[in-house]
Amino acid sequence: MATRQTQILARALLSPAVILLFIWMIVPLALTVYFSTLHYSLLDPGSERFVGLENFEYFLTDPAFLASLQNTLVLVGSVLLLTIGLGIPLAILLDQPVIGRNIIRLMVIAPFFVMPTVSALVWKNLLMHPVSGLFAWIATSLGMTPIDWFTNAPLLAVIFIVAWQWLPFATLILLTALQSLDEEQKEAAEMDGASALSRFIYLTVPHLARPITVVILIETIFLLTVFAEIFVTTGGGPGLQTTNIAFLVYSQALIQFDVGTASAGGLVAVVIANIVAFFLVRIVGRNLEA
Amino acid sequence: MGRITLEGVQKSFGPVHIIKGADLDIPDGAFVVFVGPSGCGKTTLLRLIAGLEDVSGGRILIDGNNVVDVPPAKRGLSMVFQSYALYPHMSVRGNIAFGLKMAGLPKAEITQKVEAAAATLNLTPYLDRKPRELSGGQRQRVAIGRAIVREPKAFLFDEPLSNLDAALRVQMRLEVTRLQKQLGTTAIYVTHDQVEAMTMADKIVVLNAGRIEQYGSPIELYQRPANLFVAGFIGSPKMNLITGAEADKHKATTIGVRPEHVTVVDDGGEGWPGKVVIAEHLGSDTFLYVDAGALGTLTVRVVGEKRLSAGDAVTLRPEPNRIYRFDANGHSIFA
Repeated sequence: MATRQTQILARALLSPAVILLFIWMIVPLALTVYFSTLHYSLLDPGSERFVGLENFEYFLTDPAFLASLQNTLVLVGSVLLLTIGLGIPLAILLDQPVIGRNIIRLMVIAPFFVMPTVSALVWKNLLMHPVSGLFAWIATSLGMTPIDWFTNAPLLAVIFIVAWQWLPFATLILLTALQSLDEEQKEAAEMDGASALSRFIYLTVPHLARPITVVILIETIFLLTVFAEIFVTTGGGPGLQTTNIAFLVYSQALIQFDVGTASAGGLVAVVIANIVAFFLVRIVGRNLEA
Repeated sequence: MGRITLEGVQKSFGPVHIIKGADLDIPDGAFVVFVGPSGCGKTTLLRLIAGLEDVSGGRILIDGNNVVDVPPAKRGLSMVFQSYALYPHMSVRGNIAFGLKMAGLPKAEITQKVEAAAATLNLTPYLDRKPRELSGGQRQRVAIGRAIVREPKAFLFDEPLSNLDAALRVQMRLEVTRLQKQLGTTAIYVTHDQVEAMTMADKIVVLNAGRIEQYGSPIELYQRPANLFVAGFIGSPKMNLITGAEADKHKATTIGVRPEHVTVVDDGGEGWPGKVVIAEHLGSDTFLYVDAGALGTLTVRVVGEKRLSAGDAVTLRPEPNRIYRFDANGHSIFA
C-alpha cells in the first residue's frame, strides 16, 4: 500500500463492498427512524400520519419499558457472572491432562452449536417441565415438590438456559488463554513458594484478565438481544417477568401490530446498547490496551 | 551452607532413561557448571535438584538431608530460568518481592531486602517498571534479583544467558560470576556453551546421554580429559582425532591433538604433510583446515596472521608431549 496507484486501486476495489454494506445498514436504519415518527398500526392500515416524538413518549412512559429494561440488565449481568464464574473452574479442569480429553472438550463445547430455539425447547420440555421434566423427576424421587420453573422463577429459568448456552464460549476462550500461560512462570512461582491458590490468584487470574474482558464484551453484545429463548419458553411472561427490551419491541410490532412504537423502541434499544457499551469499554476495556 | 550431593540419581520418562545414575558432590560455595550437547540431560538433572521433576531413583542430599520428597519451595534453592519467567503483570519490585511475600515476611523487611537486591544489580531506577518495559539484560538481572533476594542455599541457573546477544552475554557472564563470588553461595549453572563453562566454573560436570562423563576443574578437563567425548567437547576449535597407523605409533587406538598444539613448519623437517583447504583469518588467530591425506582433515590454530591460503602445501608438527592417547573403549591412556 505504499504507492499512490496501489492506494487508489485498493479503494476502488474495496468500494463496492463498502457501499453495499453501507446501504444494507443505512436503509433499515433510515426506515426505522422514519417509521418511529409515524402513527403506523397494522390493525389500522392507511391511517399513517406524522406524529413527531409521540411514539417515543409512549414507549418510554410505558410501565413495561422500565420492567423490561430491568429484566434485560438482570439477564445480561447474571449470565455474565454465571458463565465466567463457572467458565474459569471448568477451563482449569479441562486444562488438566486426563484420558479422553478431546472427547470431553467436544462435549463441553457442544451446547454452543445447538440453536437457541432447540436448546430452549429441550430445557422447557425435557428438563424443567414440572410434570415430565428431568428436574421434576429428581425432585420427586428425593421426596421434594418439583419446581414449576416457568411459573415460579421464570427469569431465573431463562437465565439458566442462556447461561448454559454461553458457558462453552466463555470456557473455550478461557481455556485457550490458560494454555498460553507460560509453564516456566508457574514453575518460578512454585520455586518462590507459592501455593496452588496463590499461583491461581497471582498468576492465573491476572493472565485471564484480558480474555475475561473479551468474553464480557462479546457476550454482552449478544445477551442484550436474547429473544428466541424467551419466545420459545415463556413468551415474555408471566406478566412482564421475562420480557426484555428485544422482546418488548417484538411484542409492540407483532403482537400489538404497532410498527411506529416498535420502531421507536428499536431506536431506544440502540441507544441503551450504546450506553452499556460505553460503560463496559470504560470499565473493562482498559485490559485490552497495551 | 549449600552442599549438594547426588547419589545414584536416575530419571526416566516412561521407557526413556534420561539420567542413568548420577553421583556428584558439590561443595558449599562452589560454582559448578553442567555442560553437554543438547538432549544430554543437563537441564533435567537441574530440574531434579530443583524439585520440579521427581526422581525415579537415588537420593539428592542438601546439607546432608535427603530432599527427594521435599517440594521445590522447601528445598531452599532458587532458580533463574532460560526465559526469565518474570511475572508479566507485576512490577520489578513485585517480581523480586514475590518469594518473600509468599514466605510471609513483614512488609518493612521485604522492602529493605528488595531494595538491597536491586542496588546490588543496578536495578533501583527500574523498580516500578513492568518486565515488558525492560531490555533483555535488565530482565535477566530481575530474574537474578528474584533468586538472590531469598538468600537460598544454592542458585540454579538454566541456560540464563542464551537469549542475550553476544556482547551482553560476555558482560553478564562476568556479573554472574562476580556476584556468586561476592555472595559465596553455591551455584549450579547449566549451559551448552563450553566457553561459558570454562570461564565461569570452579568445577565442570560434562554430561553425555544421561551420564556424567567427567567432573573436574576447567583446566583439568582440558589437560586430562577422561575420554574421547570430553576431549572432543572441551576446547575450541575441537581436538583433532586421528586413528590408524599414526595412532599405532603411539600405542593407542586413537590419538588427539588440539589445534593449538600443532605448529606449521617450513623447515623441511619431520611432520605431517598436507594441503590447506580453507584458511579462516580472525586477526588474532588463523584457523587452518588442512587436508593431511590418510590422517583426514586437521584443524590448526596459528596465533596471529599467517599468510596462507587454500591450496598451499604445509607441514604440520604436533607438540610431542601434548598428544592425547585413547584406548579402544575411548578412555584416556595417561603415561
